[in-house]
Amino acid sequence: MIDNTLNRRQFLKSSVGVAAVAVAPGILLYGMANGGSEGASAKVRWGMLIDTSHCAEGCNDCVTACNKENGLSGGVAATDSQWIRKIEIKEIAGGRQLSLPMMCQHCENPPCVDVCPTTASFKRADGIVLVDKHRCIGCRYCMMACPYKARSFVHEALHDQNPDVPRGKGTVESCTMCVHRVDQGLQPACADACANKAILFGNLNDPDSEIAKKIRTVASVQVRADLRLNPGVRYQGL
Amino acid sequence: MFRLLTILAVFFLSFSAQAAESTPKLDIGKGGQCVEDPQFMRKNHMHLLRHQRDETMRQGVRTGKYSLKNCVECHASTKDNSVIAREDSFCVACHRFEAVKIDCFECHSGERKSAWLQRNAK
Repeated sequence: MIDNTLNRRQFLKSSVGVAAVAVAPGILLYGMANGGSEGASAKVRWGMLIDTSHCAEGCNDCVTACNKENGLSGGVAATDSQWIRKIEIKEIAGGRQLSLPMMCQHCENPPCVDVCPTTASFKRADGIVLVDKHRCIGCRYCMMACPYKARSFVHEALHDQNPDVPRGKGTVESCTMCVHRVDQGLQPACADACANKAILFGNLNDPDSEIAKKIRTVASVQVRADLRLNPGVRYQGL
Repeated sequence: MFRLLTILAVFFLSFSAQAAESTPKLDIGKGGQCVEDPQFMRKNHMHLLRHQRDETMRQGVRTGKYSLKNCVECHASTKDNSVIAREDSFCVACHRFEAVKIDCFECHSGERKSAWLQRNAK
């Protein structure tokens, strides 16, 4: 099923690309020349590597930091926004227990983007999956499509938002990988807050980055890799 | 003829006096010309903002000069650091006068970042 859709999309993409080159080579070149100079670059793919062996059970620092940075209430009711959650898991046969943070996995092929009827859900060139709340109509298809339960809907009117993190009633939201911080050259608030340095943030496309080196040398997995969404968040020791 | 002229003159005088009276009173914050001249901004600020918001949001271009955050930075009141807090705040006063609803601040903050940081420091 998935293979089929990917192939179809790739086919359409390549055929449209050929047509565009044939019809308007000037316009395409102009676009390419300007694309890299500012804004999110497709040469970058932001990602995270989460080392579960360093993630302490009962520690909630990443969640608290996220709530503070993005102005979330910190409530855990069904109607409260949660961008990142701490999850405790246990392997039933062996009894091994693990603790790990779970949030938007910033997929390369995000199902939330596929289903969005208004193209409010989108993936930025640098791999960060966001909701454009100017376009979001609050239909919540993306929440149903997401296999990671990463998205939340804002049920009540909000006040006193962080000027860098606009949020509002009637729209869906999720982890933005602290895009406002990343664009300033900082790392996400959760990675900053983790005392055990369990969250490593970086550019997956740069072979010399710390994260890319670590992914090459240690065993790490993507959650629900069988769905072939190629998430940007990977877990070590899972 | 003279009578007609007088009537016309009285009419225009009263009209202009009325217009001057009902101009909205704004707390313009720091004020002054920022990115374009004031008359242009009065007519076109919404187009500039809408154009740039898509580039910022979807392409990550954060260097544009027509940002809502920059508007707030300059035009927030020097008293309460906000463009929406009072009847005569910069955005509210004019929009009320023109009877145009602003949706921006349902999501966006109308406050200076510095003031927000001060309040939300540990």
